[in-house]
Amino acid sequence: MDYSIKIGGEAGQGIQTIGDTLARVFSRAGCHVFTHQDYESRIRGGHNFFQIRFSDKPVLSSREKIDILVALDKESMTLHEKELSENGQIIYDSATIGILKQVQNDGAPRSELRTPNFLDIPFGKLAVEKGGSRITANTVATGAVLGMLGMDPDILLNIIKDTFRKKGEDVIKANTFAAMAGHDFAVKQCIKCSFSAAPQSSPKMLIAGIEAIGFGAVASGCKFYSAYPMTPSTGIMNYIAGKEKEYGIIVEQAEDEIAAINMALGASFAGVRAMTGTAGGGFALMVEGLSLAAMTETPVVIALGQRPAPATGLPTRTEQGDLNFALYAAHGEFPRVIFAPGTPEQAFYLTNKAFDIAEKYQIPAIVLFDTYLSDSEWTFDGFDLKKIKYIDYRLRGDAFKNLPAYKRHLFTDSGVSPLGVPGDSRHLVVTDSDEHDEEGHIVEDAGTRIKMVDKRLFKKLPLIRQEIEPPLFYGNPSPEIVIAGWGSTYGAMKEAVDILSGERKIAMLHFSEIYPFPSPTPLHRGEGARGREEFDYLKMLTKAKLTICVENNATGQFAKLMKTETGYEFKARINKYDGRPFTLDGLSGEINACIGRL
Amino acid sequence: MPVLEDYKGQTPAWCPGCGNFSILKTFKEAFVELALEPHQFTIVSGIGQASKFPHYLKCNTFNGLHGRTLPVATGIRLANHEMLTIAVAGDGDCYGEGGNHLMHAMRRNINVKLFVHDNQIYGLTKGQASPTSMEGMVTKNQPFGVLSEQLNPMALAVAFDCSFAARGFAGDAEHLKGLIKEAMQHKGFSLVDILQPCVSFNKINTYEWYRQRVYHIEPEYNPEDRVEAFRRALEWGDRIPLGIIYRNHRPPFEERMPVIKETPLIRQPFDIARLEATLKEFY
Repeated sequence: MDYSIKIGGEAGQGIQTIGDTLARVFSRAGCHVFTHQDYESRIRGGHNFFQIRFSDKPVLSSREKIDILVALDKESMTLHEKELSENGQIIYDSATIGILKQVQNDGAPRSELRTPNFLDIPFGKLAVEKGGSRITANTVATGAVLGMLGMDPDILLNIIKDTFRKKGEDVIKANTFAAMAGHDFAVKQCIKCSFSAAPQSSPKMLIAGIEAIGFGAVASGCKFYSAYPMTPSTGIMNYIAGKEKEYGIIVEQAEDEIAAINMALGASFAGVRAMTGTAGGGFALMVEGLSLAAMTETPVVIALGQRPAPATGLPTRTEQGDLNFALYAAHGEFPRVIFAPGTPEQAFYLTNKAFDIAEKYQIPAIVLFDTYLSDSEWTFDGFDLKKIKYIDYRLRGDAFKNLPAYKRHLFTDSGVSPLGVPGDSRHLVVTDSDEHDEEGHIVEDAGTRIKMVDKRLFKKLPLIRQEIEPPLFYGNPSPEIVIAGWGSTYGAMKEAVDILSGERKIAMLHFSEIYPFPSPTPLHRGEGARGREEFDYLKMLTKAKLTICVENNATGQFAKLMKTETGYEFKARINKYDGRPFTLDGLSGEINACIGRL
Repeated sequence: MPVLEDYKGQTPAWCPGCGNFSILKTFKEAFVELALEPHQFTIVSGIGQASKFPHYLKCNTFNGLHGRTLPVATGIRLANHEMLTIAVAGDGDCYGEGGNHLMHAMRRNINVKLFVHDNQIYGLTKGQASPTSMEGMVTKNQPFGVLSEQLNPMALAVAFDCSFAARGFAGDAEHLKGLIKEAMQHKGFSLVDILQPCVSFNKINTYEWYRQRVYHIEPEYNPEDRVEAFRRALEWGDRIPLGIIYRNHRPPFEERMPVIKETPLIRQPFDIARLEATLKEFY
């Protein structure tokens, strides 16, 4: 069982509602689910789609073939008909999308719609008749998809109860009838439907990348989030704002990104864990604040969502074009960490790690993601909350009060000075964007300058480097072909390895902890270091016949970083910069083409 | 009780005769009279001569970037609204680079006390026009004289319904001290624009120039009449009013934020045990 469903239509037609609901039905049925979205930068109209893939085996990316297309407008049919699998079906409501049920004078059906694959379901009519109003048409469609798949509607009916609980019994009833009407209609009318989707094990969790970053922040004790709305980062603000009361968090929508990062720095200085989030364009405004965080040694976590640029670019599409920007942004020389999760699960744990490292070393930490990861929903058997690291590194309360002497930027062996909470002690907490002495006051002398740079940079950096985990290795243990990548390409790369491993000795190297660049050879690890078995990834790359760096950008920024950091140059590159993510089929084809050129 | 000596900071690097000296001294006196101890408040400053201010005092200090005092101060207040938070900036810093933040700080009514050392010139970069420089002022960068209209901080404050807006003068220390104390005790965002002669670069707005024009607003003036306040705010030129131009009693942002109704954010522990329930929401 490995089915793909696409819901296409205009913005505002409820594509996301149908998609989200179906994905939830499948995850509650214990299936593995992967969803991704494609939408335009507009509130109404245009062409958008939501694609769901579900299976009894793990699914980590989208396929190109569609089994069921729910066409909410005519354009969805023309655009996506060619993607239909052999037994695929298109469902639509001819009355709503303006296709007349065509029977010509001679009684033969008109050829505009090839009949066997097209199923006309009167979503609107059933909605009015059974659900009492057109507003339930999308519920009819959702029920119909389940009917076509041969799935029991029970889970959907429970979701309807949960979703509309606040709206009252009447709304629940209307949607229940609508769902049943769609379901029953499809069961009866879809003679050609040969799908059989069976519930699997116990329910799985379903989470989007952007929610995972928000949840990761909440789980790390984040107390302050300030941001300016910008796709694809806004979902973090939405998620955390939903938890404000319950967890005691303040979310403030700042007047601009400059204010957003400076507010976060103010909150962090005052004594709470703080975060901001934005996209490339907003990060451009935050850059001076990034440098300020570094100079004042104020911990801050920044979620940076990449989308195709320069400038406004393709606002709702995806790209991995800001790695260099994250690496080199801001004036001056200072340490930073950059994590680039490949899955919502990695996003959750790496956001937590970003908070821990930012506070432990008093540096800025960047969680680099993209629109594709942000919007994609994945299923998991659960997150292990015991893996959450929460240590309060700040000096507060009596510990600070009773300290005999205090200097905010005290020279220490590790370069890390005690981070006092102002007001908790008679000792003053002073910091400055100017170069400063141990107390935090402005200085200009060369000697202090050198000692401060050494403290901030050279003392901390080796310690931070030890915290960085090596890349994730997957596939044949002595591979002839290695595909390497970072961030959101994880799913497509991993599944491509599965597909190609039948005939090839192939493996994947996925980097999610990007900077400081993971050492190719095992490093001494400090206490509490956890994780993957050490291995020398450079040795593996050198031994392979073909190594390919896969990136969702034009210039191969990661491949260049690899060369800068290790001297290693990939033998081939696959770059995609059309603003769309890699699909499994697309990537496998490109890898095969690379192999063919060998 | 604190004494003046408790506030002795580093030796100021200001030019001899600078209006900032008198402001610094007046602040120290106000702190003593308000019985505030150095660890009980935080001063946030930006960049410019005025922004070196906290180093010449004793206090918790975040000396940040040019124009960015107010967002940092806002973050501090939201994290710990029991911490008196003062922002000190210059006219270029606050009205130029940080203009957007000023607008929104007034809107939010975050309970930050902003003191702008307004010398109507850029001092640290050696004499360029600032947003409050008067039209026609000739500088190296403005050889045809300042062509833009002078920014009027008081009119701006009234327009934005700023909770407390006052003007003081570095050459009138006793009066300034009163304003500082009133601003500190006011509940809500407070802007005190302090006319501060720059002896090195501003040859127009000198001590003498100000002395000939400033006057104390009459005691019967009602600063809570917004229309009247706007009229008064527009007064500049032959006569320049000193005192509280405008005041209202809008509840500050911190009081309207439900999360910190009972306890400051920094005193609210992170309840890690809740996460199990939150995780279940994804099923």
